[in-house]
Amino acid sequence: MSDVTYYQGLVKSMMFTIILVSFAPLLIIVLIAGYQYSVVYEEKVEAHLRELVLKHDQSVDSYLKEKVAEIQVFSEIMDIDALSDQTRLEALHDALVRGHGNVFVDLGLINSEGVQVAYSGPYKLQGVDYSDEGWLREVRERSVHVSDVGLGLRGVPHFTISLRLEADGREWFLRTTLDFIAFNKLVEDIRIGETGMAYIINRQAEFQTTPRRDMTGEIPLLRELIRSPSSEMAQGRASMSIRTNPANGRETIFVTSPIKNGEWLLVYQQESADAYSDLNRSRNLALVVLLLGGIAITVMAYLMSRRMARRIEHADLDKEIMNEQVIEAGKLASVGELAAGIAHEINNPVAIMVEEAGWIQDLLEEGLSKSDNEREVQRALNQIRTQGGRCKEITHKLLSFARKIDPTVKYFCLNEMVHEIVALSEQRAKYANVVIETSLADNIPPLEASPSEMQQVFLNLVNNAIDAMDPGGGNLDISSRVEGDQVLVAISDTGCGIPKANLPRIFDPFFTTKPVGKGTGLGLSIIYGIINKMGGTISVNSAVNQGTTFTLRLPAGKVDEGVACNVPGAGGAA
Amino acid sequence: MPANILLVDDEQGFVETLAKRVANRGLTVHTAMSGQEAIDFLAGNHSVDVVVMDVKMPGIDGTEALKLIKNAHPLVEVIMLTGHATVESAIEGMKSGAFDYLMKPAELEDLLAKVNEAYDKKQTHETKILEARARHIVLRRGD
Repeated sequence: MSDVTYYQGLVKSMMFTIILVSFAPLLIIVLIAGYQYSVVYEEKVEAHLRELVLKHDQSVDSYLKEKVAEIQVFSEIMDIDALSDQTRLEALHDALVRGHGNVFVDLGLINSEGVQVAYSGPYKLQGVDYSDEGWLREVRERSVHVSDVGLGLRGVPHFTISLRLEADGREWFLRTTLDFIAFNKLVEDIRIGETGMAYIINRQAEFQTTPRRDMTGEIPLLRELIRSPSSEMAQGRASMSIRTNPANGRETIFVTSPIKNGEWLLVYQQESADAYSDLNRSRNLALVVLLLGGIAITVMAYLMSRRMARRIEHADLDKEIMNEQVIEAGKLASVGELAAGIAHEINNPVAIMVEEAGWIQDLLEEGLSKSDNEREVQRALNQIRTQGGRCKEITHKLLSFARKIDPTVKYFCLNEMVHEIVALSEQRAKYANVVIETSLADNIPPLEASPSEMQQVFLNLVNNAIDAMDPGGGNLDISSRVEGDQVLVAISDTGCGIPKANLPRIFDPFFTTKPVGKGTGLGLSIIYGIINKMGGTISVNSAVNQGTTFTLRLPAGKVDEGVACNVPGAGGAA
Repeated sequence: MPANILLVDDEQGFVETLAKRVANRGLTVHTAMSGQEAIDFLAGNHSVDVVVMDVKMPGIDGTEALKLIKNAHPLVEVIMLTGHATVESAIEGMKSGAFDYLMKPAELEDLLAKVNEAYDKKQTHETKILEARARHIVLRRGD
């Protein structure tokens, strides 16, 4: 089970790494480039809008100035008599209409009392008294006055240009009405996108042109724009501010420019979303690309890490198989070593049998009747039987170890196994002048491991110990005891010991101090692997020329009833 | 005069039976159960001509015992019996002065043939030594 979670964790961490590595540059590029692009684009849009407003405030201003100038020209080249004459005024108006179309709706002359003395136009306004009108006061002071747009007396939106003239010490006023529709066209045509539009307001936020739609909702905001002392809205040409439009709650760009000496304000307004629609479109495109890329990266990362994890799993499996093969090879090596020792052991009984058989032949030649030859033959045959039995025992012991390693985990009794190993190594120990002693505790619980792997562990350790004492011999002590839920097994020899420099390396594969052809260097590394696999530890304590002790700490198996180890007695000596 | 031989092996059954068979063929046979025992026996008995000794024995092993015997009794010939069929131990034995070696289990006839050869060699050596001594005595007389 832990393997499954391990590989899942591997998949997760690989996936995370791949996603992070692929996403990070993508995100950084998108963010930086997107930011730069939007900054530049916004600047462009703003510049464009400013340009637009600048162009139009100029044209509106010059339109007004042009109209004023034309009226001024008349006032200067015509004398008051001509202007106050109804027919001549009409002729003059006709000439204006001819030259400018219907821009100049009417033309009238007003005397200093405010009474219109001459009038040419579609309305009957002759004799109308303007003396109470505000514009008359204005024009008296400033000699030129362009009025706001209003309905006036006629009930049609219009605005007027008035001039103050002086003739013979009297004041006269020349007044003309300008066609609102023509004027309105100047700003009405400014349309960009869906919401971009322009209009003109006066200082009281009254509309001087007809906006494209109902703007009553915006009036408070416009008032605020005009009056806000902090902003340069009312003063600077083409000043820009971005506000939330109270009418629809959307963010809106306002560009304003004062015209008509600051009395009017040309306002251009457009919703930000509309103004930056291209930007938003490309932003959306980038987001879509990012999203699709993200999905693609995630899917790819998932598939790739799963495939990698599966590969690693396979590789691990191969490694495991290889490990098993190495263990097998190590086992064969130790069995080979064992076999070499055992060959001599088998040769001894065989030699005895051959001699006894020869002896029987000798006796047969003499004849069985002679003295107690028959009894001698009987004895010899018994000896042959005994020695044959010995051979059988030895080969059986060897065979029990030469079997293929069985990694199946079972319960087994440690003490029994130690006795087996001791019996197997006894002969070898005898020739190496090694005395094997065991001191095993009685209460050792059964261990849970592969018995055939544990056999190899002990056989290897005992073989190593005997090798370490080879010339001269010594004592090999195997002891076991229980410590908590661990079983401790110590195998100590009085051999040559391991130099300090070699100690950290003894569990490395292929590390050996034996001459070429004598040792594979796999024994201890295999032991290490086996002990680790069953959750135990192996430690070594060694002093040169004093001896070496290998201590195994093995976890005790969780025993069910019915499994118990009753190995009689500890302390058997070889 | 038949050879006087000493059989050395840690396997009692082997030594006893072999001794019986060899004795049956008219040779004088002594037995020893270990290297140390063989050395002790040789120290007290100068009539032994050939030692037949196992290589692998507990305590002092064959190779070591061979060196000690050759040191103390240079004329005594030693035939090594090896159950361990390794060429190395044979070569080491020959280097240390063994007469020859035999694989265990060996045919009695082969063993006896080797023993006779060894005995002959020893005889030749002894004869040469005697001659040398005689010549020495003769030369001394002729002074």
